[in-house]
Amino acid sequence: MTVTDRDIVRALQGGLPLAARPYAAAAASLGLSEAALLQRLQAMQDSGVIRRIAIAPNHYRLGMTANGMTVWDVEDARVAELGAKVGALPFVTHAYERPRAPPDWTYNLFAMVHGTTRDEVEAKRARIATLLGAASRANDILYSTRILKKTGLRLRRKGAACSD
Amino acid sequence: MKLDPTDRALINRLQEGLPLVPAPFDSIAAELGTSVDDLLARLERMKAGGAITRFGPFFDAAAMGGAFCLCAMAAPEAEFEEIAERVNAFPQVAHNYQRAHRLNMWFVLATETPEEITAAADGIARETGIEVLRFPKRREFFIGFRVAA
Repeated sequence: MTVTDRDIVRALQGGLPLAARPYAAAAASLGLSEAALLQRLQAMQDSGVIRRIAIAPNHYRLGMTANGMTVWDVEDARVAELGAKVGALPFVTHAYERPRAPPDWTYNLFAMVHGTTRDEVEAKRARIATLLGAASRANDILYSTRILKKTGLRLRRKGAACSD
Repeated sequence: MKLDPTDRALINRLQEGLPLVPAPFDSIAAELGTSVDDLLARLERMKAGGAITRFGPFFDAAAMGGAFCLCAMAAPEAEFEEIAERVNAFPQVAHNYQRAHRLNMWFVLATETPEEITAAADGIARETGIEVLRFPKRREFFIGFRVAA
């Protein structure tokens, strides 16, 4: 039987055990050796399918209860350059270029900012505003007030894409 | 939950990624001046306490051929709960956040193909009678998803 990358993703999407040798148990359940699984994971990391092996902290439990999506209207011609600068700020956790949806929505650069209080988030937003200067024509912030749904990656069986 | 400085250093360090080696915690325990047993006990405690939600590979589903799209809707306050229920009933909705804005519902669609994104967004618009604005990612300025603990 061939173990595909999808099999590996399915087996590991729930996470790895917190153990001194976390890959050994996962490899056994896939019918692979530990070394073979590590080799496959390395290839997946090299190709970008895996970003990194890491922990996911719970912001809220760490006291980061203020969560703001800052949005900016910058010139399309400069969004790559400016987005890279905003993304490099140590407190920006995600930054994206997205299309505008005029007339409702004129922003094309999104940057997520977290903090223990809204004041802290506002101070970070002000630092982004300073960095962008006149290149930002308008900005806004959307605080999350409630998580309505949150699921992890749920890869389905190939060929059964519409069955569940 | 209470975290001591070593717990915090561990959370900060482990968000950056572990080496792909059989015993990945060995070098990290050494870096932090503790033992692997102590490090694992701390991680177990933080997972049980909810400070850590997951340990493992972070997959880029788009790189595996999946499709994603951030969407937003302006749901009238009076019908907000009912609309949230209808939106969440779509299995393609991976997460959904209420936000303080006229566009007050922001969700991510995750499907195996781009066509399914269009179908799901159209389906949600039909089901709720509310326009679904679509903001697919054009470029990601990816540095890493890190929170200072």
